[in-house]
Formats: sequence, structure tokens, C-alpha cells
Amino acid sequence: MSTQTAPPPAPAPARVVAGSSRRRHHRRTALSAAGFLVPFGVLFTAMMLAPIGYAIYQSFYKVHRQGLFGGAQTTEFAGLDNFTAALHDGDFTASLGRVALLGVVQVPVMLGLALALALLLDARSARLRKTFRMVFFLPYALPGAIAAVMWSFLLVKDLSPFTGPLGAIGIHTDFLSAGWIPVSIGNMITWGWTGYNMLIIYSALQSLPAEVIEAAALDNCTGWRLAWHIKIPMVRSSLVLTTVFSIIGTAQLYTEPAVLAAARIPGASNKFSPIMNTTLTASQADQNLAAAESVLLALVTLVLSFGLLKFTQRKTADA
Amino acid sequence: MTSTRSPLTGRLAVNALLGLMALYTLIPLWWLLVSATKGQGYLYKGSPLWFSHFDLGGNLSSVFSFQGGVFSSWLANSALYSLVGAAVSTLLSVMAGFALAKYRFRGREAIFNVILASVLIPAPMFALPLFLMLAKLQLTDTYWAVLLPSFVSPFGVYLSRIYASASVPDELLEAARIDGAGEYRTFFRIALPVMGPALVTIFLFQFVSVWNNYLLPSLMINDSSKLPVTVGLVQWRSEFANGVSPMLPITGAFVSLIPLLIAFIALQRFWRSGLTAGAVK
Repeated sequence: MSTQTAPPPAPAPARVVAGSSRRRHHRRTALSAAGFLVPFGVLFTAMMLAPIGYAIYQSFYKVHRQGLFGGAQTTEFAGLDNFTAALHDGDFTASLGRVALLGVVQVPVMLGLALALALLLDARSARLRKTFRMVFFLPYALPGAIAAVMWSFLLVKDLSPFTGPLGAIGIHTDFLSAGWIPVSIGNMITWGWTGYNMLIIYSALQSLPAEVIEAAALDNCTGWRLAWHIKIPMVRSSLVLTTVFSIIGTAQLYTEPAVLAAARIPGASNKFSPIMNTTLTASQADQNLAAAESVLLALVTLVLSFGLLKFTQRKTADA
Repeated sequence: MTSTRSPLTGRLAVNALLGLMALYTLIPLWWLLVSATKGQGYLYKGSPLWFSHFDLGGNLSSVFSFQGGVFSSWLANSALYSLVGAAVSTLLSVMAGFALAKYRFRGREAIFNVILASVLIPAPMFALPLFLMLAKLQLTDTYWAVLLPSFVSPFGVYLSRIYASASVPDELLEAARIDGAGEYRTFFRIALPVMGPALVTIFLFQFVSVWNNYLLPSLMINDSSKLPVTVGLVQWRSEFANGVSPMLPITGAFVSLIPLLIAFIALQRFWRSGLTAGAVK
């Protein structure tokens, strides 16, 4: 059984103590584990935990400047003042509303599409499965900023290959006008992320036990009925997972609207998303307000995603 | 056999719908390719989806010579940030994941849960405080400002823990120790080779996430010669309003996608293993 080819030169006693491998486990002390964990731990603490702590700290303080000409500064505890100010910052709350609306509309569209594609790909009659899978997933591997630069040209009225065909069926729109920009941003996210979500759901479909599908087929349950009654309920956990990821993704929306604003598209605002607002607020020298806004945004996201996870877990447990 | 053949119309519909989605995915990229080859001033002429006034060579030479050839530095910077970031983060993740899988110690689950929870708090939300912290340390506008955050991949730790638990047998580690190998030697000689596929997957995901990042480098870097290609091209796009030719950001965008397309096709099978592991969560 031993993987060794030659016996160890000297002290075999360690072997004689034999015991269970479990006991030997204990000799691998916390000390050697720490040796492996510390490099990651230090950077994780410095680059991920510390900024969170710093933002929380900043959000409870206020900087007072004495005199107009950059005299001495004093930092004071401000309680919840920054949070109240954040909730009264119209630009910030409007941006929260925009991403919430975007999330409520775009996430179901994208995940519905991803689920439909995963089911189609899993259907017996699908051809070229590997090619389709690869094509759908491709945009995930490309930078969102570059994709946004691409779309920022592709959606220009005189340039777009879409305006012609859409005009032919009576839809005359300018995708980059103020009213359509949220739709165009939703389109960019859908283009970029549908395949990623599809692949997660598809992997779950692929791991369903073949017997179940066979048994259902014997009962004459095929096609749509098979998908609706058997497959979708069985991949529920992957749907929950993709929903949570999409909520988090929408809450941290930045690249697409930021690129449109940088491209100086007339209808694009540099205050579209909450993160755009926080960076703007900080550059206007109110770091404490910006910190409070970051903390609020993270809290809302955490409550939503964690809440959804817990809620669906409890429902599964009840079932 | 239960091969009740689905009716022809059904089969056609399934494949037609899949084809439609493939078109939606590919048309924008095709447009980018076609547009990148159109001669200066001909972008708005001819069919948007077919070649005319072919001058890819001219576009390429203006992309690589504009602003003193800064585009090549952007590509090199992207490569540097992604390669170094992914290599270091893979090593750190695998070490941490290995320790969490193969050692028993107090607080192990607590540490793992903190790392997992950090996946629910997206880094971009705290990119700003991170920027302010690094600014105090005078690290902003240096390569370190982008590299240091890239060294951390909680997903990588998660993936290596699962992989190490499943694929590195305790007996193998024991045998190495009995042979007198130290902990680090055991790890590098025995565990690391077994975890090869996980290493590639973690490297790939981190490479792409660093290459594709926009917010972090756009906050941290001011000096144009240190920008990655994503931020650089957005700058060109914004200078379009000041009269910079649209061919620069368009051809530049196309060129910058080529290395990613190659990596994507060459490393396909590793994507899937990363995603299925993600779905176990």
C-alpha cells in the first residue's frame, strides 16, 4: 500500500507508533498551518478588510477645517450625521433607485435568458453544443470597459447595424439618448454576463442523475413539461446562486455607465451609479460622506444577497 | 432506449433560438473586426457589417504610433499586471487553501467563513477607501497600487481548499513527512503537482479579472505610461470628442481583444471546472 519505494534510512519508530492517520494529523501544528496562511492573510487583511474598516471608521467622523486657507484640520466624531447626509444626497439616492430599477428589470431578463439557453442546450435536439456554449460564454472573458467602448460606437445612430432593421419594423430610436441609456446599459450587462450565468445553470443541469430524466421520459414527460416539472426545480440552487451574483454585480455597477460618461455621450450622466457618486463625492473633498455612502451601499447589498441565501435555504429545509 | 424523436419543428426551433443568441453575441465583435479594417474616414460609409476601403495596416500603424507609441506600453502594462497578479495570487491562494484543507487548528472554519463572506462584499465598493489608504502610503500611481490588490483572490482560496480536500491524499503527505521532508518541501514537491489543474483554473480566472478590471486602475493610476489597456482605450474614446480619430479606440479595442481570444480558446476546459466549483457554493 505504501507509496514509498525505499524504506526510510533511519528512524522507523514514527511508523511503529502507527496509530491512525488522524493522530498524526495533530502533529501538524497550527504553527505550520499559519506558515501557509500568513502570506495570503496579511494581504487579504490589508487589501480587503482594512479598506472596509477604514470606510466604516471614516463614515462616523467629520473633518472641520479652520479658516478658509487650509489651516489646521480637526476630526470629530459625527455619529450618524454622514449617513443622514447620504440619505439626503439626492444624486446618491437617485443612483440607488436607478440600479434598483435596473436590477429589477435586467436581472430577471438576463437570468430568464440564461435559464432558457441552458435548457435549450440541454435538450436532446440541440446541435453544436460545445460551439454554442463557447460562443455564449465568450463575452465574459472580454473586458467590460472594452465592450463598453465597442457598444458606445455600435449604438451611435448612424453607425449601428441595429438601427436599420429596427427602423424597418417601425422602431426609430437613439439608443444613446438620455431615456434609452439605462436600456443600453442593461443590454451591455446582458451581453456580457448571460453566458456566464448560462454556464453555471447548464453545469447544474448536466449533473442531474440520468435515471431521473429517463424515468420522467418513460412517464411521457418530455420537452417543456420535463423542463418545467423536473429540471428547473432540480437546478434551483444554481438559480439562487446566479441571482445572488447578479444582485451583487448590479449593485457595484460602474464600468459601463462610466465609459459612456467618459465618452461624453450627451445623455450619459457621471452620477449614474452609486459607486460613480461615491468617487465623485470623494474627489469633491467630502471623503467622510463618500465613506458613509460606500458603507450604505455595501450594507444594502449584503442584506439583499445574504437575505436571499438564508431565505431560500430555509425554504429548502422546509420542503 | 427512450429515444422518442422530437418532432422536426421542435428540433428546428431549439437550434434556431440557440443560433439567434449566438448572432447577438457575435455580431458586435464582428462589427468591431470589420470596423477596425476600414480606412480613415470610411467608418460611416458602406455596410456596417461588411468590409470596404480595407486599410487595417494603416489603422494599426496609427494605433501603435499615436502619442509616442503609448499603446504598446498599455498592452505591456496589462500583461504585467495580469501575469504577476495572477501568478502571485495563485501561489498564495493554493498555500492558504491547502492549509485550510489539510491542517486542523482552532479557528479554521471561522477563517474560511470570513474569506467566503468577502465574496458577498464586492471589492469595487471599497476601491475608494483602498485608494485613500494607498494614497497615504504614497503608493498610488505606482505599479504596486494595481498589483497589491491583485494578489488577493478569495475565490482562489475557496477553489484550492475544495480541490486539496478532494485530490491530495493524507497518506501521500504522511509518507513524505516520514521520509523527512519538511512542511514546505512536502507542499511544493507533493501537493502542488497534484493540484495542477486547480492552479491553472485559479490563474486563468485571476488573470482575466485583473486584465478586465477598470475601476481599480482608473482610480489608482494617473501616469499614462503606467495605465493598463482598458483604461487607456477609454481615454482615447473620451478624446474622440476632442477630434481624435474613432479608428484609434476601435482598432485599439480590437487589437487588445486578440490575446484574450487566444487564451480563451486555448484554455477552454479550465473555465468550466472553475464555474462548476463556483456553483457548489
